[in-house]
Amino acid sequence: MPCDPFAEAVKGFEGDLADLIPVLQRVQGAYGYLSPDALRRISRWLRMSENEIFGVATFFAQFRFSQPGEHVIKVCLGTACHVKGGEQILDVLKRRLDVEPGESTADGRYQLERVACLGCCALAPVLAIDEKVYADTSVLRVHQMLEERENREDA
Amino acid sequence: MKTLETQRAHAVQAWNGLQNSARPVVYVGAGSCGLAAGAAEVVDSVEGYLAKKRIGADILKVGCIGPCYLEPLVDVQMPGNPRISYSNVTPGVVGELFDSFFEKGEMFRRHLVGHFGKNGFRGAPKFFEHPMLERQVRIVLRNCGIIDPENVDHYLALDGYKAFEKCLSMRWSDVLEIVKNSGLRGRGGAGFPTWRKWLVCRETKSDTRYLICNADEGDPGAFMNRSLIEGDPHAVLEGMLIAAYTMGASKGFVYIRAEYPLAIKRLKSAIVQVQELGLLGRGILGSEFDFDISIKEGAGAFVCGEETALIASIEGKRGMPRTRPPFPAVEGLWGKPTLINNVETLGTLPNIIRNGAEWYSQYGTETSKGTKTFSLVGKLRRTGLIEVPLGMTVRSVVYDIGGGSIKGFKAVQTGGPSGGCLGEEFLDTPIDYETLGAAGSIMGSGGLIVLDRNTCIVDTTKYFLNFTQAESCGKCVPCRVGTRHLANILERISQGKGEVVDLARLERLALAIKGGALCGLGQSAPNPVLTSLKYFRDEFLSHITDKRCPAAVCRDLVHYRIITDKCTGCQRCVKVCPTGAITGPRSEPHNLDMSKCIKCRSCYEICRFDAIAGDAIVIEPGA
Repeated sequence: MPCDPFAEAVKGFEGDLADLIPVLQRVQGAYGYLSPDALRRISRWLRMSENEIFGVATFFAQFRFSQPGEHVIKVCLGTACHVKGGEQILDVLKRRLDVEPGESTADGRYQLERVACLGCCALAPVLAIDEKVYADTSVLRVHQMLEERENREDA
Repeated sequence: MKTLETQRAHAVQAWNGLQNSARPVVYVGAGSCGLAAGAAEVVDSVEGYLAKKRIGADILKVGCIGPCYLEPLVDVQMPGNPRISYSNVTPGVVGELFDSFFEKGEMFRRHLVGHFGKNGFRGAPKFFEHPMLERQVRIVLRNCGIIDPENVDHYLALDGYKAFEKCLSMRWSDVLEIVKNSGLRGRGGAGFPTWRKWLVCRETKSDTRYLICNADEGDPGAFMNRSLIEGDPHAVLEGMLIAAYTMGASKGFVYIRAEYPLAIKRLKSAIVQVQELGLLGRGILGSEFDFDISIKEGAGAFVCGEETALIASIEGKRGMPRTRPPFPAVEGLWGKPTLINNVETLGTLPNIIRNGAEWYSQYGTETSKGTKTFSLVGKLRRTGLIEVPLGMTVRSVVYDIGGGSIKGFKAVQTGGPSGGCLGEEFLDTPIDYETLGAAGSIMGSGGLIVLDRNTCIVDTTKYFLNFTQAESCGKCVPCRVGTRHLANILERISQGKGEVVDLARLERLALAIKGGALCGLGQSAPNPVLTSLKYFRDEFLSHITDKRCPAAVCRDLVHYRIITDKCTGCQRCVKVCPTGAITGPRSEPHNLDMSKCIKCRSCYEICRFDAIAGDAIVIEPGA
């Protein structure tokens, strides 16, 4: 029998209000985002209205409500990254991928996110593609990184 | 208590064995910043080298030792020699570096930072005499970058958990007395005396008390807590044990940002290790003290750094603050007395208990005792994580430790979105809670962002207000609506559409928000506006009256220009320009069509770093 990712995600929790955020995190971890269906199931499981759950989930930056792209590009806009030109790095990505932060590209390959701080301020400006953090980036390096990725895919 | 003793004896032996290892030992700085700089690739290439040459050596992944700009840092310890540190080691350098040690038997000279030995070693400088480190006093960071953070034996061997054991043999009130006499104040930003908060919590009658370690390091531009947890997680856990014992908590939480996956991983494994040592659970080490620790991952909300908002989010609610009193120390998590301490405050405790209040209070000033960690970043030569005695001047930090700015120092921003920019006139100001507060900024959690002449104060202020505006929880009107208007006015000024009267509007609105907002976020959100207006008014005026951004940052107030004498017509910028604004045949100076230019900076960077001649494209003030 194939395992149900939802049942896995709520395993070990008791169904208290305090479990809501950890459960949302695990459900998002399992599905990549919080679908209307997942929120309905959490609501039944916690015996709490979908409204309230949605209210909590939308409060926090971590939660997504649509299917993310395959690779998530997080552009850091902490203070150090900002003063070192992070905003322009985000602009280049917006233009090249033709998306706004929080959206995924038409082909579903990339998801663009702006984040408040990745905590690598001494190496600013930084960005992360999935789990890998790139230090000392620049507008130029972003162009190169995207081209390298495209070339690799073509090959 | 026997098991801990035997484990420690074993740990000390293992640690001494490592220091005098008969096998070579390679240490790689593999904190988040090291990894971002490429440490994982370096480890791979070190492993590859050792396997290929069939050399038996140990590789240790250590935390961040501080000078992040030198990452990836690789230290080599040959049998009988001290540990020697190398900076900016790329996989390409690894072969040469190791050939020198293993084939030629010589110390590699390039990339050398220094050695860790007590005495001189072949003319190499000492690591801790490096200009970035020489003036630091490492107390809370003492183990960071030195030990393997995932190996509890390393922590134990360096007097780990001795302070907690000492506490168990004392009355809680005696421990409180030591912390009181040490003068330790909250390192999360507000600087409230640690002991007083503990006492309130202890004296509130209740069957249950909670301790929360606040690791929701939300300040953009600050990463001290991440580094400490990644580099020495046990110091924080030991601090939690000491705090819980003193204020009588039976359950602890670490509230940590989900954006710090490595720190979370290290904490989780550290908690398992202390459980195995019998340092968590019921009747710890034969005493009557029960304590357990769980991790709560923050879901991303800056306002959750505020105590009541943090508590709401642990309870599973929207992270919105409430009015105080009652203070969390009286009525907190699930209505029980709750103590919230910052990571650094907790990490400092074992050192104070081990060495005494007097020892700790020898550092610092009359009212701000001890040391403080800062993330020294922005526009300066040497960036990274530092720990200095409170009271050190801004000048010492920026110039002696940070090496100053290449393009000329303009200001230092302290306290993140709740702080302010302090200019040249503050260079000789000591960094302590009172002085920074009197200047209109705050100490904050420890972000020190240096701005140079190419940084625009209007733009930086606008950045902070956009940040607080986005992070405002929306509960109270002054913050929700007020910060929006502040951000709008600043946006207008940065576009050259401001009026002189806007400055008075900003000030009036800022003071209204400061006085009327519900929580610390709203009350301090106007600080960047007020300090910038106070110390950099001229820069605002030149945006308003001259429509000019002197630092050439605000996009609507700058233009790009090709210096025809310098342009060799290499066509690199033509290729990179996304809008076709640059044209011109090869080998002839190119033209830039301003009406098509979107000021994306691509041509500017390619001309500086990749063009045949270089520096032919400039960004100048004036639309």
